Amino acid sequence: MRWTAGLVAVFLFTLATPAVAQQELDWGQVTQKARGQEVFWNAWGGDERINAYIAWVGKRVKAEYGVTLRHVKLADTAEAVRKVLAEKTAGRNEGGTIDLIWINGENFKAMKDQDLLFGPFAEQLPNFRYVDVENKPTTRLDFTVPTDGLEAPWGMAKLNFIHDSAVVTTPPRGISGFLEHAKANPGRVAYPAPPDFIGTTFLKQALYELATDPAVLQQPPGDNFDAVTRPLWAWLDALTPHLWRSGKDYPKNGPALIQLLDDSEVDFAISFYPAEASSAIADGKLPKTARTFVLDRGTIGNTHFVAIPYNANAREGAMVVADFLMSPEAQARKENPEHWGDNTVLAMGKLDAAGRKLFDELPRGAATLAPDELGPTLPEPHPGWMTRIEEQWLSRYGS
Amino acid sequence: MLRWFPALTLVLFLGPVAAGLVGTWAPAFGFLPSLGGHGLTLEPWRQLFAQPGLGTSLALTLGTGFAATLISLGIVLGFLASCHGMRPVVVVRKLLAPLLAVPHVAVAVGFAFLASPSGWAARLVSPWATGWDRPPDIASVPDPIGIALVCGLVLKETPFLLLITLGALGQTTADRTLAVARSLGYGPATAWLKTVLPLIWPQIRLPVFAVLAFSLSVVDMALILAPGTPPPLAPRILRWFNDPELSNQFLAAAGASLQFLLVAGSIALLYGGERLVAMLGRRWIAAGGRGHSGRIARRAGMMAMLLMFATGLAGILGMAIWSLARRWRWPDALPSAWTTENWSRQADALIWPGWTTVTVAVAAALIAIALVLGCLENEQRNGVAPGSRVLWLIYAPLLAPQIGFLFGVQVLFVSAGLDGEWAALVWGHLLFVLPYVFLALADPWRRLDERYSRGARALGASPNRVFWRIKLPMLLRPVLFALAVGFAVSVGEYLPTVFTGGGRFATLTTEAVSLASGGDRRVIGVYGFLQALLPWAGFMLAIGLPAWFYRDRRGMKVFAT
Repeated sequence: MRWTAGLVAVFLFTLATPAVAQQELDWGQVTQKARGQEVFWNAWGGDERINAYIAWVGKRVKAEYGVTLRHVKLADTAEAVRKVLAEKTAGRNEGGTIDLIWINGENFKAMKDQDLLFGPFAEQLPNFRYVDVENKPTTRLDFTVPTDGLEAPWGMAKLNFIHDSAVVTTPPRGISGFLEHAKANPGRVAYPAPPDFIGTTFLKQALYELATDPAVLQQPPGDNFDAVTRPLWAWLDALTPHLWRSGKDYPKNGPALIQLLDDSEVDFAISFYPAEASSAIADGKLPKTARTFVLDRGTIGNTHFVAIPYNANAREGAMVVADFLMSPEAQARKENPEHWGDNTVLAMGKLDAAGRKLFDELPRGAATLAPDELGPTLPEPHPGWMTRIEEQWLSRYGS
Repeated sequence: MLRWFPALTLVLFLGPVAAGLVGTWAPAFGFLPSLGGHGLTLEPWRQLFAQPGLGTSLALTLGTGFAATLISLGIVLGFLASCHGMRPVVVVRKLLAPLLAVPHVAVAVGFAFLASPSGWAARLVSPWATGWDRPPDIASVPDPIGIALVCGLVLKETPFLLLITLGALGQTTADRTLAVARSLGYGPATAWLKTVLPLIWPQIRLPVFAVLAFSLSVVDMALILAPGTPPPLAPRILRWFNDPELSNQFLAAAGASLQFLLVAGSIALLYGGERLVAMLGRRWIAAGGRGHSGRIARRAGMMAMLLMFATGLAGILGMAIWSLARRWRWPDALPSAWTTENWSRQADALIWPGWTTVTVAVAAALIAIALVLGCLENEQRNGVAPGSRVLWLIYAPLLAPQIGFLFGVQVLFVSAGLDGEWAALVWGHLLFVLPYVFLALADPWRRLDERYSRGARALGASPNRVFWRIKLPMLLRPVLFALAVGFAVSVGEYLPTVFTGGGRFATLTTEAVSLASGGDRRVIGVYGFLQALLPWAGFMLAIGLPAWFYRDRRGMKVFAT
């Protein structure tokens, strides 16, 4: 009898486990298990302000939940995707070396397609209820791919450009303006080399404006790839000889480009965070005359997320961190240009008075555009486009 | 028990190298079961040779590797030949330690800060002398043909070769030989090259080969100083290893194997070159030309050495200044606003990598010193004569390109479930720490006058007691110095951390490399300077502790090595 009872219990338990994530998450249990865990968060480490923000998150989750956060700094998020895939291939289905990944777009799609993600979990996290899923549809639709609760929204990015108003008085108003500027001022235009995400987004922005019918970009590329991207390559072929270092060398990432702007080596920097210019001025990284500008037809915007690999060792700790990242406290600090300047994923209307106050009190630097000046937001193309554009770019300009 | 030390040392240290080579060559021919590779195929090699720009990568690798080695060697020999026994050598010897201790990455970052178009050097002379009110649009760091990489390597390898050569000189009768040659009317530099160089060459040959192997396969410095489109072979292999496309692992393994062949071939070539030089040199020596007063040679040798030291130290100074800058805009020669905020804001972020760096370095250095002491003690007690073969074995990890076997080491560690463990990381570092610790300690240990131990034994002390109470205290200085060397080597390691740390460990070096690719110079300055500072602190301790221990024993102060 006792044997059977034991077997039944085991049977029931095995039935229950996979369902846990889909049904109600027992948050008390999660936080309890998370205590004492060490969470290895693989996140792009190219921006010092973001690294400092992540270090702050580490301090807070340590104090609040007893979770030790380790920031593993990546040069490219694809490294983390490769690692999880390698672990799966080697049969390491438990105790993986990565617990949390800062991710979106093609990397998310790659992991989702290959079943490398844990979840769904995101929409059961307590702080998800504040997320503005109604007005910010990209919090659930990542580069046209449904998130299905496999990644938790973290921030809203929107492409913008920075110039020194003391040097360039009339910045370009469309992507073709960059070519004109480069022709008139050789060596003064640069963009980071793909696969850096600022570089790839610049190419996507160009593709969007140059393509005859941008609507096709919302669908996966097929036989139409060459025809749709032909104007992009023509434009790049014309631009490249006039680029910084004649296109023989490229800045590594966005922060490197900001450094070049400050050194007066180039005329424009590219950013994903609307408050980056103000933030860089406050930090002594750009002159006080630096200003933000956007393009007339709008610029690409997206949401960035965190996801948990299927074989994560500290799954609960990772969920606790993902939840904390969506808290009003963490989101308000992230939006503050003194710390980062990345827009929130939360809906102000869903917050209580105390939460709203955190956001109302945020400073807005002189170089930051008001929300209504930021122009329309263009949706990210399907990730398939970028994967193929990156490949082509590498063989055309990268080697 | 002591007898086991050499065997244990070799297993611990050559085992992974050998296994790593196997683990790299097998996938190069298509064998890697975890990725579905079971067969014997040449496909990875075909894929490798079809890579666009592979020829450029190879040319860059060979060009920079040989240039760096020959220039470093030339500076050292030219300087010593023309200044032997004179004041400059004394001065340079004193300046040697700080530059020798600085990790490669810090040297590279410092050089980049100095020599890039918007670097310190250009700032100092702009716009008043150059007319540049904007940084010039020239690719200087990195430059298309790898000059910057050669400069960085020379900055790092010259002090190493100088140290080795000075050590070798100490073991020969160079002074007497020179005196005889001079009395026969030879000019100073000519006399040195004709009579001293042949004496010391056998002792510096292996280090020169190690420098060549290192220069051909350097990754961390290349990531900062070498062109990226396409990069030299070694960083390119790392890129393939990290490629999201897992099937590229085979390609990477083939690349790593090619790297191994490249290094082996280059060493053979250098060896052949050595024969040729020896043959011609013999004729040159036999011809009996007396040479000149050597004044021009002396100037040139001193200038080259001076320039090298000034550049190296200016790079470190530049990082220190950047780390304290708040605002330092082109073309200001110095920051317009200063702050300590870069340091205080990084404090939180520095703790974890800083702690990993220090603990791993201390552990690796301690294990290495224990193994080396065991081997040396065994050698003396059991009368094992050290052969030159052993030295080749010790040098093996320095001669084989790191990327050529670390991939296999990683495969080994992964299958043993060891990757991402702290112990694995220490082990990975030990492979490169051990040879240097051995090289630093072997000579002073062997040179200790045997009569001390014999006297103690005659008074009834056991061999163990002699070891602990006589040899170790008397040799405290070289032992601590060797520890500091091991510590410094570990602090500077990049690839072993990347490959055995499983991405779970960050050190100041890995952080500095990832930051150096972009980002905030002030923060890079913090990491680079701190990375340079740690080994210094180690050497300071190594010098200071014995002085403090033996502060009331004048006799012990003579015991400099």
